[in-house]
Amino acid sequence: MINFEYAQPRTEAEAVEFLQSHGGQTAVLAGGTDLFNLLRSDLIAPKRVVDIKRIDSLKGIQQVSDGLLIGAATTLDEILASPLLSPYHSLRQIADAHHSMQIQAMGTVGGDLCHLPNCWYFRNGYGLLGTVNGESLAADGRNQFHAIFGNRGPAMFVSASRFAPALIAWGAKVRLVGPAPDQVELMPLEYFYVNPKTDKQSVTVLQPGQFVTHVWLPAVEPTSPVEQLSAAYEVLQLEGLDWPLASAAVTLGVSAGIVREAQVVLGHVAPTPWVSLDAATVLMGREVTVELAESAAEAAVAHATPLSENDYKVSIARAAVKRAILKAVDMLNV
Amino acid sequence: MRDPSTDSRETLPRESSGESSGRSGSGVNRRDFLRGTGAAVAATAMVSQVQETIAQEKKKVEAVAPAAPVEVKLTVNGKEHTLQLEPRVTLQEALHHDLQLTGCKDVCGAATNCGACTVIVDGKPVYSCATLAIETVGKKVTTAEGVAAMEGVSQVINAFVKHDATQCGYCTPGFVVAVKAFVDKNPGANLEQILKGLGGNLCRCGTYAGVEQAAVECCKGGK
Repeated sequence: MINFEYAQPRTEAEAVEFLQSHGGQTAVLAGGTDLFNLLRSDLIAPKRVVDIKRIDSLKGIQQVSDGLLIGAATTLDEILASPLLSPYHSLRQIADAHHSMQIQAMGTVGGDLCHLPNCWYFRNGYGLLGTVNGESLAADGRNQFHAIFGNRGPAMFVSASRFAPALIAWGAKVRLVGPAPDQVELMPLEYFYVNPKTDKQSVTVLQPGQFVTHVWLPAVEPTSPVEQLSAAYEVLQLEGLDWPLASAAVTLGVSAGIVREAQVVLGHVAPTPWVSLDAATVLMGREVTVELAESAAEAAVAHATPLSENDYKVSIARAAVKRAILKAVDMLNV
Repeated sequence: MRDPSTDSRETLPRESSGESSGRSGSGVNRRDFLRGTGAAVAATAMVSQVQETIAQEKKKVEAVAPAAPVEVKLTVNGKEHTLQLEPRVTLQEALHHDLQLTGCKDVCGAATNCGACTVIVDGKPVYSCATLAIETVGKKVTTAEGVAAMEGVSQVINAFVKHDATQCGYCTPGFVVAVKAFVDKNPGANLEQILKGLGGNLCRCGTYAGVEQAAVECCKGGK
């Protein structure tokens, strides 16, 4: 781990200023659970680390007129403890599924969204695209944990974020500040992610000097005739410190037993969170049954393009979608 | 790096618009007082504004620690230590190498992969290998040595001994700290909750059964 300056801004504007220095060769420190892994492997070598945990506006969850704002430095155990988030079942389920008190105490929402891929070629220094002399190592190599969707380009890794699929299914937006001093953007979370086509691109739209400050969630109206249901289902190999092999998150708007709105998003199956309009379409206007959930799950994976060693992930993704749908309507009996 | 507990930044108005931000800061109070005192005020206010700009610039310089050894005050197991550390020094390195608290171990060498470096910071269990020492200035750090010295906590250690919850010993201090943090928060937890709560610690020898039994006993017996 190379030496670096350590900056502790107190405001968003100060953070942008601090991130600008050294030509943008800076890194944001929130919970540190990913950053230290990258630093210690010398995968990044920032001249300055900017710790955003002392910025009051980035901490906690607040109600705004049209929904909720979750500060980027909000930790997973704060997500679990927040009464404001109790209607958002899928988010609580994901925070709860991190079977590590330490990760729950340290890890932040912003950090999860910006987590770099766990692809072993990337983590061992072959770049996000995992190439040697322009040849992809994952394409014909050990790709059992790699993408089964969106893998026809040079990127084979899977998006690491565990919250992104559930947040996208809720229609969340992400608020970014920088790199210009007063630049603020609010964009649908889905558009935040990039499937890189060249080694100059990263996994998100973030530019040097820009960072995530908040996640905006639409309000859930308890009196609305359309009930908002949600669930997330992650498939993990291990019980403790592990990453999902595949996951699915659904949000359903249900009125008189009929699905009126549906969002189905898969995680850890593609270089970005993977929205399945096909699965959502199957659910629309129907009553959720085991058979319907199976059909939607089938539709979700119908166009999968598994690599040489990860055919099994198609079955796992299918099961995750089916179970997330059934879990949302409280029909999951496993 | 100075100790935030004695830091005056908290009481200074942060922004130049701090005038309207209430009466909590000493600077704001001074200005509120000056506002009512007539013609001489304008000049004085200008002076105070210049002073404030200087203070803000100073604050910015203080908010960035250089890539060189700086003074870091750590409060560990109830004792204050002043160390000269580069910002890149992790809490685990400072505890193990500088303070000789060798219970806190870097075992996975990769950050957040094993839990052997678990310490309690302000009541929460954290991986000290993924925390900078400089981040914990002004916070209370408790290591396995601190847990062992705590009154009533010998229960956790006794339970480890009783249930033979240690083999090679590398993961043990991290596990003891994790169990202590877990039991404090969940004194009545069942086995399922214990397994989930302790999932962030690994044992290569596989003494999980012993650790689980030790944790179950601690949960039954309260703190």
